[in-house]
Parts: sequence; structure tokens; C-alpha cells
Amino acid sequence: MTVALSPSLVDTVTRSFARKRRRALAIPALILAYLVYAAVSFDLAGLMQRARLDNAAILLSDFWSHKTHVTRDNRTGAVTVAIEGENKGTYPAGMRPDWVSVTGATTSIDLGTGHVVTYDDAGARFVVPGYGTIDIRPVDGKPVMTAPEPFPDWISVSENKVSVTTGAGRFSYSRAKVETFRYEAGWELWFFTLDSPFYGKGIAELAGLAVAGERIDPARPNLALMATEFWTNKMWRHGDVAWAIFETILMAFLGTMTAALVALPLSFLAARNFMPLGPLRFAARRVFDFIRGVDGLIWTIILSRAFGPGPMTGAIAIALTDTGTFGKTFSEALENIDEKQIEGIRSTGAGSLQRARFGVIPQVTPVLLSQVLYYLESNTRSATVIGAIVGGGIGLLLTQAIITQKDWEEVAYYMVLIVLMVMVMDSLSGWLRRRLIKGA
Amino acid sequence: MADIAIGPEPGRRPGLSGSRQAYLDMMRRKRMYGGLLLVLFVALMSSGWMLADDRNAGGFWSGLHQVGDFPGEVLAEAWQKRARLPGLIRDHLPALIETLNIAAVASLLGALAAMALSLLATRGLARWPRLIPLFRRSMDALRAIPEIVIALVLIYILGGGPVPAVIAIALHTGGALGKLFSEVAENADLKPVEGLASVGAGWLQRMWLGVLPQVAPNWLSYALLRFEINVRASAILGFVGEGGIGHDLKLAMQWGQGRYDKVVAIFMLLFAAIVVIDRISDHYRNRLVKGH
Repeated sequence: MTVALSPSLVDTVTRSFARKRRRALAIPALILAYLVYAAVSFDLAGLMQRARLDNAAILLSDFWSHKTHVTRDNRTGAVTVAIEGENKGTYPAGMRPDWVSVTGATTSIDLGTGHVVTYDDAGARFVVPGYGTIDIRPVDGKPVMTAPEPFPDWISVSENKVSVTTGAGRFSYSRAKVETFRYEAGWELWFFTLDSPFYGKGIAELAGLAVAGERIDPARPNLALMATEFWTNKMWRHGDVAWAIFETILMAFLGTMTAALVALPLSFLAARNFMPLGPLRFAARRVFDFIRGVDGLIWTIILSRAFGPGPMTGAIAIALTDTGTFGKTFSEALENIDEKQIEGIRSTGAGSLQRARFGVIPQVTPVLLSQVLYYLESNTRSATVIGAIVGGGIGLLLTQAIITQKDWEEVAYYMVLIVLMVMVMDSLSGWLRRRLIKGA
Repeated sequence: MADIAIGPEPGRRPGLSGSRQAYLDMMRRKRMYGGLLLVLFVALMSSGWMLADDRNAGGFWSGLHQVGDFPGEVLAEAWQKRARLPGLIRDHLPALIETLNIAAVASLLGALAAMALSLLATRGLARWPRLIPLFRRSMDALRAIPEIVIALVLIYILGGGPVPAVIAIALHTGGALGKLFSEVAENADLKPVEGLASVGAGWLQRMWLGVLPQVAPNWLSYALLRFEINVRASAILGFVGEGGIGHDLKLAMQWGQGRYDKVVAIFMLLFAAIVVIDRISDHYRNRLVKGH
């Protein structure tokens, strides 16, 4: 018997193994085929050509450093020194960094490691150690360059402009102006801007001023002045940024909590064990499905037409979208409760409202609470995106900073803040969940 | 019952009156805390809404009766041009497919990354147990960065198109799924893994043959849920950044009146896609987790 069966058994087993093996190989092959199709349809090859690696370099350098522009207007001869070339970061008259010195019409800029740029009446000179001197003189307004031949590829010369890029800094000479950029690590002016009396002072000096120094503004203590100067920093706008973060969290909080409050009573309508009327239950469920299906994006668009841009629109959009989600998950939680406790309460003669309060709510509270807290955290992230659409909160600041395509240090700052905000909300919601549910 | 009535030791029976008093005190305290929390919550909510209303460009009450205006306007125009709707829907189908592709590729890549990350970050399974905190923190960081941030930065470097959105969503998915995957893997039975180790299987073989078959249903179910979420995210990213049906929607919206039939066509496509995907994923998730 066994002897007769075994060949066919071996056969079956081998065949089933072969089938399994084929299937095990087919799934990765299918995934791979799909990814290849996607790569073709997304035009990956074209992307490689379009990618702007120089943009990436600008971005990375802006993330950890800042540049200072030393600019001379070739027509008037006026020299300005400005951080990031912005008005807000321009050194006031009579003040300049110690690596720039001006004597008469001659401006000397020390870029470090022997790189020195000099502007004077004759034109401009750039001394590059290991290469030589690049000398530029205007002839009929056009810059004419004399430098050791052959020109290396980090010097680019066109009819109206000469630019030099070295590791120490960049330099460019055009008809209208001559500019030098010096890169330094760190985010400059983060604490105090140039026009603040506290600019450029060390921590010890600041602490001394705050505790015992003479009042700079006689009307208030130095510490208060310092706080205001920091808070109203024109370059980094700490006050506005803090307010934007608060607005984002506010949107998430109001949206989530309102959604939970609205969805709780509605979810009873959609739960099989609380709503005996089939059609009503069906209708409630379809309403939830509809709200979820329309999606937050579309609700946000519709609502921002009615209420205008701002945090309230974002909060309502979150509330509306999550009402659908909560309605569904809450009613599922309600359907899974234990009927015995309700019966016990019913036996004491309690009405339906009392049964809900004492028999149902205590059972579902942990489930609902953990849902709500989870969404609170996830909505902080959504509120950033929704803020970018409705125009409120940190999302708006972020998209604005990205659209200008030059304030990447601000983008980096906002990114760090957003990540910190989400992480804080994550641990806060986790902590609350543990406290409230386990009752520790 | 009897134990309690008699008490743990003779002579030291629990005083019933005392416990009643203690119980009532506890209830009173609990009610007070509950009441305080409720008051705090109501105060936070109402002041929050008032503040948000204040900071908004339009007020709540003035805006409330306008909520229907825009959809009404859009629907009225679309109804007039209803004959063109099927054609418009066909026109925008490629954009919808692009949005779905973005979501699918991002979910796939993110899930693959999450598989590796979660196994490396699970106690008992990790290849390098000392590096578990590192992998956990990196998953946290990936989860914390909103997609839009990465997408917008990448658009600057890579130019427009779907790839920035894919990378952005995939990174977030990797972090979010990684956490869920590792929670599932923590509960996996270690016996098959030990068995495989005893016959000399390497780490990859132990994971592939010992852990994966156990966790596959739950992982797949989470991945499907994530795909559902990613379809929405990819539509939103299209609206803010570039690519897919979200971008078409933004263009049609910016045009405003005269293109509302287009807006409705895109709304319908998006709505249908989301509902269908919701349904399918719901169905399969039920089957995967409950096994029927």
C-alpha cells in the first residue's frame, strides 16, 4: 500500500514544492516588473539629466553656513556689506566685519588662507595662493581680466562678467558692480540682528549685561530688552515662527477634538447593536464613507473658498475629514463591546441614556481615546500640509521660504522645528495614552 | 466572598463603614478631577476656536452660509456642460494613474525599507542588537518629517515630476510602517528562528524562512492600509507640488469659472478612486487578519 502510494506522494509533494517555489519567485519578479514600468513612466533617465546638482550644493551649504556679500557699486563707488545680501542683514554705516577694511577708495577683503580681494579705483584684484593674481580693470565699462594663462575652469569669463569660484569664497565683476561672497559656518544673526545693541557679544558678556550691566534702554531692564530684541529679530522672526507653530498645533487640536465630539454621538447611529433601524444605519454609514471618500484635500479647497485663508479653515477641514474616519472606527468599537455590562445596568432600571453613559462609554473610552490621541499626533503633520493650502501656520511659512528659492537656511530652520514639533506631539500623545488608559 | 467577610486575620476585619466612606471620598475626588478636566477642556476648545476665528481671514458665521456657494456654482456649471464630462474624465485618467503609481511605488519602496528597518530594530531578531536604538530613532525621524517638506525641497533639486513625491512618501512610509512592522515582529514566535539557526541558517535565511511567513498577513494588511493613505497623500502633494491629478486639480481651480466642468471631472475621478481603493483594501485586510 505505502509502497504503491509513495511514488505518487513524492510526485505530489515535489510538484507542490515546485509550484510554491515558482510562486515565491513570481511575486518578486512581478514587483520588479512593476518598478521597471514605473521607472519608465516616471522618466527616470530624463530626470537624471534634469537634476540640478548645483542647486543641491547651494541647499546643503545654506543649511549649515551663511554668506556675506561685500558689494561695490561701480558707478557710485559705494561699498555695502550685507549678510545673505539682504536689506535686513546690511551692516550699518561705520560698522563692518573685521575681515573687511576700507581706507579711502580701497577696500580690502581677507577671505582667509591667503585669499585677498582688493577693490580700488583701478578695478579689482583677487590674489589666489598657488595660482597668482587675477587683475580686472574696466575698459569702456567692460571688465578686462589679466591672469596667469591658461585660465583654470573655476574662472569664467564672458563679455560683461568675470566670475571666480574658490574654496574660500566667490567673486564676480560685472559692469554695474563687483561682489565678493565669503562663506562662514553657522546661522548668522540668529540671536540678534546687526542693529541690536547686543549684536556680536559673547555669552558671558550678555549674562553680565543682563544681571548687572547698565541699562541700555533706561525704560526697562536689559533682560527684557534682550528678550524683545530676540523675539522681534527681523532676520529670523522668532516671534512669528513661534506663533505659526502654535497655530499649527491649534489646528490639529481643534480639528481632532471637534471631530471626536461630533463623531461620538453619530457613531451610535452607525453601530448595529445600537441602531435597530436598518435604513438609518445605512444612511449614517454612507455619510461617513462620503466624507472620507471626498478626502481632506477637496474639503480644504471648498472650505477655504467659504471661510478664507487662516487657521480656522484648516481646523474645520481637519474636523470634517476626521469626523468620517472617527465615525467609522468608533462605530466599529461600539459593535465590539460586551453586552453583559449593559444588561446589568438595564436590570437596575436605567434608561437608554444612562445605559450609554454607564454601560457603554466606560468600555469604549480606552479604544476611542487611543484613536483620538493617535490622530492628534498624525494631524499635527497634516496641519502642516493643510496650512500650506489654506495659508496658516508653519506650513505657510515653509512653502513661502521654499518658493523664494534662496532662504534655504530658513527652510532648514523650519524643517528642524517641524520635526521637533511632531516628535514632541508624538511623545505627548504617547504619554497621555499611557496615563489615561492604563490609569497609572 | 466569605474570605472578605471574615477578613485576612481574625480580629482585623475590614470595617464596612470605613470602606464605604473611603469609596465615597474616592468617587468625590474622581468626580472633581473629571469636572476640572472637563472645564479645562471646554475652556481650551472655546478659546481655541475663538482665537482661530479671530486669526482667520473670514469669520465663521459670515462664512457658514457661503459653504454651499462654491460647490453650488461648480456643480451648476458642470451640469450645464454635463455632456463633456465623460470626455474630460477620460482626459484626466492618465493623471489619476500617475497619482496611483506614485502611491504604489512609494508604498512598495517604503514597505521594503520598513521590512529591513523593522527587523533590524526588533529585540530578539536584530542582526546587530547594539544598533537597535539607532534604527528606532531613525524610524522616528523618518516618521516625523512631513512629506511636503521633503517633496518641496526635492522639487527644487530634481525639478518637477513624480519622483520627488515618490521619494517623499516612501521615506515617510518607511518610518511609519517600520514602527508597525516591528510591533508585529516582536510578537513572532522565535522557535522557527531557533530551529533554523540550529541547522546553520544565516540571518537573512532565518528572517526569510522563519519570521516572514509568520508576520506576512499582518504586514500586508498594514501595507494595504498605508497604500490607501498614500493615495490621498499623493493627491495632496500633487496639489501643493507637482505631478498627478492633484496638479491638474490645482490648474483647473486656478482657471476658475469656465473650467468648473474639469474640476468636477477630477473630483469624480478622485472620489471614485479613493472609494474603490478603500473598499478593496478593507476587504483584503479583513481576509488577511481574520482569515476569512
